[in-house]
Amino acid sequence: MSDKIPVTVLTGYLGAGKTTLLNRILSEPHGQKFAVIVNEFGEIGIDNDLIVGADEEVFEMNNGCICCTVRGDLIRIIDGLMRRKGKFDAIIVETTGLADPAPVAQTFFVDESVGQKTKLDAVVTVADAKWLKDRLKDAPEAKNQVAFADVILLNKTDLVTPEELREVEMRIRAINPYAMLHKTERCSVPLNAVIGRNAFDLDRILDIEPAFLESDGHDHDHDHDHHHHDHGDGHHHHHDHGGLKHYHDEEMQSVSLRTDKPLDPDKFFPWIQDLTQREGPNILRSKGILSFKDDPQRFVFQGVHMILDGDHQRDWREGEPRESRVVFIGRDLPEAAIRSGFEACIAG
Amino acid sequence: MDRSVTDTRSNSVSVADRTRPVAAGAAVVDLHFLGSLPVFVLAEEHLLFAPADGEPRTVAVHDGAILSAASDGRTIVTGGDDGRVVRTGADGTVSVVATDPKRRWIDQVAMAGDGTVAWSAGKNASVHTGKAEKSVELPSTAGGLAFAPKGMRLAIAHYNGVSLWFPNTAAAPEMLPWKGSHLNVLFSPDGKYVMTAMQEAMLHGWRLADRRDMRMSGYATKVRSMGFTAGGRWLATSGADQLILWPFTAKDGPMGKAPRMLAPAASLVVAVACHPRQEVVAIGYADGMVLLVRIEDGAEIVAKTPGPAPVTALAWDAVGTQLGFGTEDGQAGVVTL
Repeated sequence: MSDKIPVTVLTGYLGAGKTTLLNRILSEPHGQKFAVIVNEFGEIGIDNDLIVGADEEVFEMNNGCICCTVRGDLIRIIDGLMRRKGKFDAIIVETTGLADPAPVAQTFFVDESVGQKTKLDAVVTVADAKWLKDRLKDAPEAKNQVAFADVILLNKTDLVTPEELREVEMRIRAINPYAMLHKTERCSVPLNAVIGRNAFDLDRILDIEPAFLESDGHDHDHDHDHHHHDHGDGHHHHHDHGGLKHYHDEEMQSVSLRTDKPLDPDKFFPWIQDLTQREGPNILRSKGILSFKDDPQRFVFQGVHMILDGDHQRDWREGEPRESRVVFIGRDLPEAAIRSGFEACIAG
Repeated sequence: MDRSVTDTRSNSVSVADRTRPVAAGAAVVDLHFLGSLPVFVLAEEHLLFAPADGEPRTVAVHDGAILSAASDGRTIVTGGDDGRVVRTGADGTVSVVATDPKRRWIDQVAMAGDGTVAWSAGKNASVHTGKAEKSVELPSTAGGLAFAPKGMRLAIAHYNGVSLWFPNTAAAPEMLPWKGSHLNVLFSPDGKYVMTAMQEAMLHGWRLADRRDMRMSGYATKVRSMGFTAGGRWLATSGADQLILWPFTAKDGPMGKAPRMLAPAASLVVAVACHPRQEVVAIGYADGMVLLVRIEDGAEIVAKTPGPAPVTALAWDAVGTQLGFGTEDGQAGVVTL
């Protein structure tokens, strides 16, 4: 379909195990070659791969969008790397422990030459099973990284008890119920769990069920019973129905919307534009599958802060429920206003 | 408009049959003439010398990607991801001007008319005057470098403005501030204006006498290529689906003036090269076409028909009788006029 080079963004708070994961990715015998953009040289030393040092220069775009920040160094480095096209199959961007993933992600949507040659594959966040709970309290960066993630490696599980592990997992789920979560020791995961995810590909927004309803490691295996078996307590998957009170995060939440009534595109688009303009700085990620009135096709979209990307995906299949689903992950989201705004988009 | 916009320009006068094709064998990223000798800068490792009376030959200059190139007409200087600044002469002699101590990428290079070399690696810009090497630290990574037409003065574009540096003095660079990320930079031939292309699809400029700002917007994409016409009356720019020319004829330059727009096409202009003697601009398009356009009457001549890859390099020799071009997929050639 496209020969764009996939880019994986690796985040995680200081000490969570990013470098361990990176070394694991690079040293596995997978036959792929990576170009790696790192902050510090020295800790990784793998022949055959291109390693580039970066400076994390984040700047605002002059486009009237206050949260639209990009990584200037990435634009420059990717431009330079593309001169060595054919020498690598994928790019990995390692961010510093204190980095916000948004500017990295936005770079791929905002810069046209970067967007023409590369595509964002996924944001992978490494979280420390022992310390994440504390970091969620005192480090807004750590919370951002969890909220933004498509894939979360809950690492160092050997350092906590099963009870502690369950608690930290539920805290992660209270913030981001949609990411694929892998529990690891020393970041031990198969390569395909973190590379080649296509998490930003509109064609992959097939379903936006919370990911923890899916069994670990199997993307589209909706084995709910298996889940019950796995976690025993069965109540916390009703996240959007308020079942997670105990682990509700005061600041960062997700809002999930659903209707089986067709939407009016002339109401929906102005609403989502306005919402992302006003609440953009607080909305980290958004995704949606939409059923418009008199439209035989599914419309899918995804967004990062104020930047939205959407398209018709395919015809609704026969017998497929024509439901619209939208999810937002963000900080202090005005849930009631979002719900009533969404409902007002239902075609009259 | 009484003229249809087509990709083939099949009714236009063409000089495409006067092209001497050059098999570059790799993506061409830049092109400079050393006298009458066209030298193509390839994406990785090599320069390609393409003499009219012999076989093309490659000259190895970097161990990796070539990130930037500049020329004074006698030698070419290149910066690579191997951390080296390399000077190459018309006879193919290669010498290393500098090696970054940390082997950082050499992002930008520039040459003055007297052969002085400037380069940048991250937030450091350096100049080698022939006698000594001098460096300056910038507030952020350099997006572009340009020497003033006269005197030892270097403009360095970066985030939030341009630094004007006199390497022969101890003074800190002067700052021309403007919010945003500044990339390409150049002086007008009379030295009165400094122009930058920005990360956003716009240009910014400063009149040096009074530091007045100029904003020029309306582009479809980032302006990757720009240059002044012979005599300095027009600034020719890429970034739209036609050639955008800003007039520098009035006392206030282009302030408050509309640009001239020539050679509209169905594809974006991605490269421009101004003829060294006449008000004629060679225009390279994203669809691979190259047109020559005369500013006076907008008359067009086809120099290369479209396809298949975008034009990535375009340059005239010093007397304006040869025009070289190169594309992203390694198609290259020299048109003799």
